[in-house]
Amino acid sequence: MPQADSITSLSLRNLQQGIQGGRFSVMDVTEAYLARIDRHDGTLNTFITVTQEAARAGAVETDNRIRRGELSGALAGVPYALKDLFCTEGVLTSCASKMLADFIAPYDAHVTEKLKAAGGVLLGKNNMDEYAMGSSNENSHFGPVRNPWNTDCVPGGSSGGGAAAVAARLTPFALGTDTGGSIRQPASFCGITGIKPTYGRISRYGMVAFASSLDQCGPMAVSAEDCAVVLGAVAGFDARDSTCANRPVPDYVAGLGQSLEGLKIGLPQEFFSTGLDSEVAAAIDGAVKAYERLGAVVKSVSLPNSRLAIPVYYVVAMAECSSNLSRFDGVRFGHRCENPQDLRDLYERSRWEGFGDEVKRRIMIGTYALSAGYYDAYYLKAQQVRRLIQQDFVEAFKAVDVIMGPACPSTAFELGAKTDDPVAMYLEDIYTVPLNLAGLPGMSFPIGFSAAGRPIGMQLIGHYFDEARMLNVAHQYQQHTDWHTRVPVQFA
Amino acid sequence: MAWETVIGLEVHAQLSTQSKIFSGSSIAYGAEPNTQANLVDLGMPGVLPVLNRKAVEMAIRLGLAIDATIAPRSIFARKNYFYPDLPKGYQISQFELPVVAQGHLDITLEKGESKRIGITRAHLEEDAGKSLHEDFDGQSGIDLNRAGTPLLEIVSEPDMRSAKEAVAYLKKLHALVRYLGVCDGNMQEGSFRCDANVSVRRPGEPFGTRAELKNLNSFRFIERAINYEVERQIELLESGGRVVQETRLYDPDRDETRSMRGKEDANDYRYFPDPDLLPLEFDQAYVDALAENLPELPDDKKNRLMSDVGLSAYDASILVSDKAVADYFEAVAAGRDGKQAANWVINNLLGKLNETGQDIEETPVSPDQLGGIIDLIKKGDISGTIAKELFEIVWNEGGDPAAIVEERGMKQVTDTGAIEAAVDEVIAANPDKAEQAREKPNMAGWFVGQVMKATGGKANPQSVQQLVRQKLGIE
Repeated sequence: MPQADSITSLSLRNLQQGIQGGRFSVMDVTEAYLARIDRHDGTLNTFITVTQEAARAGAVETDNRIRRGELSGALAGVPYALKDLFCTEGVLTSCASKMLADFIAPYDAHVTEKLKAAGGVLLGKNNMDEYAMGSSNENSHFGPVRNPWNTDCVPGGSSGGGAAAVAARLTPFALGTDTGGSIRQPASFCGITGIKPTYGRISRYGMVAFASSLDQCGPMAVSAEDCAVVLGAVAGFDARDSTCANRPVPDYVAGLGQSLEGLKIGLPQEFFSTGLDSEVAAAIDGAVKAYERLGAVVKSVSLPNSRLAIPVYYVVAMAECSSNLSRFDGVRFGHRCENPQDLRDLYERSRWEGFGDEVKRRIMIGTYALSAGYYDAYYLKAQQVRRLIQQDFVEAFKAVDVIMGPACPSTAFELGAKTDDPVAMYLEDIYTVPLNLAGLPGMSFPIGFSAAGRPIGMQLIGHYFDEARMLNVAHQYQQHTDWHTRVPVQFA
Repeated sequence: MAWETVIGLEVHAQLSTQSKIFSGSSIAYGAEPNTQANLVDLGMPGVLPVLNRKAVEMAIRLGLAIDATIAPRSIFARKNYFYPDLPKGYQISQFELPVVAQGHLDITLEKGESKRIGITRAHLEEDAGKSLHEDFDGQSGIDLNRAGTPLLEIVSEPDMRSAKEAVAYLKKLHALVRYLGVCDGNMQEGSFRCDANVSVRRPGEPFGTRAELKNLNSFRFIERAINYEVERQIELLESGGRVVQETRLYDPDRDETRSMRGKEDANDYRYFPDPDLLPLEFDQAYVDALAENLPELPDDKKNRLMSDVGLSAYDASILVSDKAVADYFEAVAAGRDGKQAANWVINNLLGKLNETGQDIEETPVSPDQLGGIIDLIKKGDISGTIAKELFEIVWNEGGDPAAIVEERGMKQVTDTGAIEAAVDEVIAANPDKAEQAREKPNMAGWFVGQVMKATGGKANPQSVQQLVRQKLGIE
């Protein structure tokens, strides 16, 4: 039997071949990952719940089904982790909030169903910023997640648990969500590959909402190839989400062999101005040169309204979250205060006690922005500017195939560095939120390290539903580099 | 100077769909609490609304029937407020861009003249659940069966000038939604609910401050509540007071309205477009197809009954006022004399229903049965008098009218021989009276009555009259 740590270094394709070829069992794979979680998660805190019993039971069953020839496919027997806002029947779905600290979901999210049907084995539920609100994973009722590359640093957020777990090889892949950068920023900080698909590519059914017009689920994994496998398994139409696109899902893996000869890459000048860390800028420059060597042509593009993206995003996202989180009222599920005096007291104390500071801050800002007399000046204006931001991208994509730039202004920062300055924290999303506002797909993949040994990610932006091209563009780079295969020494 | 009353109405019509507006749960009335509430209705974390196509179709059908504009693009909005029977903390409704805008209904006033009432808009929304305050030992229960039931809120212009006009408008609208099959109109079960905005002013002056009246669940209560409220406002103004904008609850037991909440307690609903639902866009072909399939509407039916059947405007309007009555009438009239059918339906059937306080849906006499009675009259098998008796029998006992007439020997006797024998018998038994009658021909009527009695009313009265006079030698 191979060593546990050699199993956990395999790509999804090799894992799958090993299982189907009988070189190791689903149980071997499951145990290998559970062992790593057991060994390292005390330090990293990437999981809120580890479902080891269910995972072992699932592994036995999956092994039997594979042996009987009932189950095959790219994810048959492959372990995975879910951000703790995807509903999982019978399993705690906490959103990293005290509000839902005891909430056992009564149903499966669409993506949970898809991964179950594909024969995946759920290892557990990942830590995150409470209700996906945060850029450092410090806003969790279950404590902060630590970055495997430097445990004094944050992993980014809000899908920080999943990103750190993949980076430390505690799971082959994780599903995260991205409302303003929550997949790409932690992917960048943790040196992994993550993709936020086009809005509507993956059903949001069963994904606890933060900001409905921006939220999108996406895979986080070691490589673009692994992301392609997972995206193919979870994307597609679902009638239970009215905003889910009814269009065919391409074979993302099959699309990975394309040459980049003649690929037109746009570099938005606005993404390389003040505020960008010089080490990050240099790494981007190096990666772009690598693309030129692969035959790509680089052009400058302009996204003039993207400078307004942060204020627009924080009006739209907070307005939507103020309404989305109204259902957590202590009446039907979630935290309820002790001995409420009356209805108002029940609402006020349940919500005051159940929500953390950042969630409360966003609900209050959003409520304000939607109030009578302010709606036109904030929400309506923000939606108008949102359209301008989107038009900038549409215009840019007339001249280029993909857009590249930094995923974040800097590399991972120390825990506590920005907790007292919400605006500094919000500016973490400066390069990522414009895509969410436009509904466009975006990726982050590793292109190097800072002098301090912290990963640097490059953001790759594609046109609507152009994920196949994006995955290939990232994959071609990863064919010539090994940044993505590196594992933090402490967790090797 | 006199006061003028100004009334605008908001009607909530529950749409007759199978399932809820944003989920697959049934909307059937009267189920055990919370048995018709699924994950979506409960507002579980992560669930999403999916619009019921039928509800949209019904809203458009109503819009077409009131000559309204069907919005080419329509959006849903969230109306945010906290209440335990509102699971999501917001109601999905429409604010800007409702499905239906700018329609009208024509009502008939007391003297027969017509008045046009503007309809500002009609929009789709979901109903809330119900809070149950009894039987829970100091706590409140919540039943979410009704949560998510599709409603069409139909908002009129402030065009009505009296409680009677308001009721006429409501009855017209009530009939219309039932004709269209978009709402069952059941006011007791809350399928057709009304709020009234009432104010008074001196004619020619701007609108006065209005009060919104709630809990108006019958036409009678609506009329009474408005009349009470108008008097209250006039008294207040004439004694130097001011009407305040507020919501008032009608109490039918005490026949008064009471303040429920003032303007300052009004929620800021923070409406914004619901990002979980896509905008609705209708192409003209879709709307045209719905227009083509509209049923005959009350006004058209009334005109047809007047011109084709020859009914009076009054009779026609009674028959079309309720779709069930109209359907009943049309079933009876099919292949029969329309005027006779109208007389029977209006005078006998509706009269009897009125007497027993029943609805047309509860009638024990089916259109087939009433038609059977009319057929027996036409064939000469029974007289009008017997027919009324027969109607009573069918009403009370049911059965096939022709069979009843046969079994109980109610058939009119047209056989002259039998009548002659009966006449002979009566004359023979009453020689004195026969003598008198020959002197005073008026006495013949007594003999006719005796013969009718002897034949159990089945003899043809004209034949009896003729034979009596003949036998008595009265010319």
